[in-house]
Amino acid sequence: MTTTLSKPTVPTSALVPQPVQQTSSLRRNIRHAIVLAQRNLIKTMRTPEQLIDVTLQPVIFLLLFVYVFGGAIGGGSRHDYLQYLLPGLLGQGIAMGSIALGQNMNADIEKGVFDRFRALPIARSVPLVGAVLADFIRYLILCVIFLGFGYVMGFRIDTNPVALMAAVALALGFALCFCWVSLWVGLKARSPGAVQGVMFLLIFPLSFGSSAFVATDTMPGWLQAWTKANPITRLVDAMRGLMVGGPVTENVLITLGWMVGLLAVFVPLALRAYKRRA
Amino acid sequence: MTYAIQAEGLVKRFGDTTALAGIDLAAREGSVLGVLGPNGAGKTTAVRILATLLQPDAGSARIAGYDVLRQPQLVRQTIGLTGQFASVDEDLTGTQNLVMIGRLLDLSVADARQRAAELLDWFDLSDAADRVAKTYSGGMRRRLDLAASLVGRPAIVFLDEPTTGLDPAKREAMWDVVRRLVTDGSTVLLTTQYLEEADALADEITVIDRGRVIAHDTPLGLKRTVGGQRLTVRPTDPARLADVRTILDAVSEKPVETGSRDTLSVAVTGDDAMAATVARLHAANISVTELSLHLPSLDEVFFTITGQRSDEDEEAA
Repeated sequence: MTTTLSKPTVPTSALVPQPVQQTSSLRRNIRHAIVLAQRNLIKTMRTPEQLIDVTLQPVIFLLLFVYVFGGAIGGGSRHDYLQYLLPGLLGQGIAMGSIALGQNMNADIEKGVFDRFRALPIARSVPLVGAVLADFIRYLILCVIFLGFGYVMGFRIDTNPVALMAAVALALGFALCFCWVSLWVGLKARSPGAVQGVMFLLIFPLSFGSSAFVATDTMPGWLQAWTKANPITRLVDAMRGLMVGGPVTENVLITLGWMVGLLAVFVPLALRAYKRRA
Repeated sequence: MTYAIQAEGLVKRFGDTTALAGIDLAAREGSVLGVLGPNGAGKTTAVRILATLLQPDAGSARIAGYDVLRQPQLVRQTIGLTGQFASVDEDLTGTQNLVMIGRLLDLSVADARQRAAELLDWFDLSDAADRVAKTYSGGMRRRLDLAASLVGRPAIVFLDEPTTGLDPAKREAMWDVVRRLVTDGSTVLLTTQYLEEADALADEITVIDRGRVIAHDTPLGLKRTVGGQRLTVRPTDPARLADVRTILDAVSEKPVETGSRDTLSVAVTGDDAMAATVARLHAANISVTELSLHLPSLDEVFFTITGQRSDEDEEAA
């Protein structure tokens, strides 16, 4: 198309230097983070295939694990295994669901959108917080799919709705803390593919080396030591207790401790990586 | 004299590569500074430092009086940046891209919408306003990117090779935008690989090569140094090259250079050279397939200033 940029319709108000404003206040930062979260949500809605990891993948995992392993593991009862497995798969799903966040951040860097944000007078933390806020919706979808499809397959809570809500809240809270790991990797890695590779390396030992899929008492001692130290075990055990019964308090407290720890380590790391990324 | 952009002794190394080996840049308020250099000269690195995206290893820079290292947020409130690669969000529409920037610059939703509409209209993108930027052509993306950098009405605008890869008509249109910005009071720093572009737009030109400033002058002064325009002649019969050389020697005092494909060129001053050359060629009965008067290419500028050809292919951008 032919263009003429010299149209005389330019507003005369244009391009006078703007007055210098007061820099960061909390309210302003929150508003900016919401604007950027909206951006991420628009992007997600435009490319719904970005939601496969929190929609179809949980369904396929539930089907595969219950019907492939269920008979062998659950002492013959697929239903018993489903009751055990669902909180475990939810824990793994939350860890896996975080990968997209790091990949998207890495793609923003590659495409130069990241430079645009960094050259704006907004707080350094805002683009990161905005991305995490938008990711909350994905984790919410993940929980709904797991519980909804699990119900269809026969999963039933043995506790009460309040405990179930608490389990979901714990899952979402953990997700919002764990995803900073992915964000940090996304800021450090050289390509979106590398983000996925690094996160898989991290998530497979964390999710399989835990109580997510089978009880840990048949594992060798060294592996049991690992599962006890593993935050996914604590998260999964806490959710299991809240959904189908069992010990709760200690696991919830240790999970909360992990959440604080993850934030304390990976938020500063991500911010530093964001500032330094050239 | 007030400088909107002032940089002294900027040094930046990436591993073993020295991208900037100590460069000084200065642009007066309301002027256009052209930074001319080949790929890998350090133009983009310099712009990224001035726009607070990169920290220099040594040296200092002030933008509108604010220190880029100590007051980066104040610098960011003053500048607009358009990179070499269009940095719009491809999954957002034109309007959504600009409204988002407006909101991040603390405009109200209504003001951000209005500003977005103004800019889309200015950049002839109104028809594509509600289309996802992914569907835009390269030129449209460039324009949207430039529009995005102007949402906050920045006093100082950095344009990193704004016309690289654009066809000539779109290049002219982009030049009009730059002129418009200056008319409205902005200071512009423009990087380019084309002397023609720097000549058309800049009040002053800084020529950089391998991270160093090798010349700084007004376009007129620079052209005086490199010999103003060049006259290039290509005789139809290559056997007449020697005769053409004699004619060019007579027309200009500068040395005649042999170009590619049987051409000869010489730096000329004044308007008479062309007419004199035509007359002499006619008198000697030499027919030509090419006879042109043009500004020296970047390569020729470098040759004149440094005595050697720029080896732009050897260096990465």
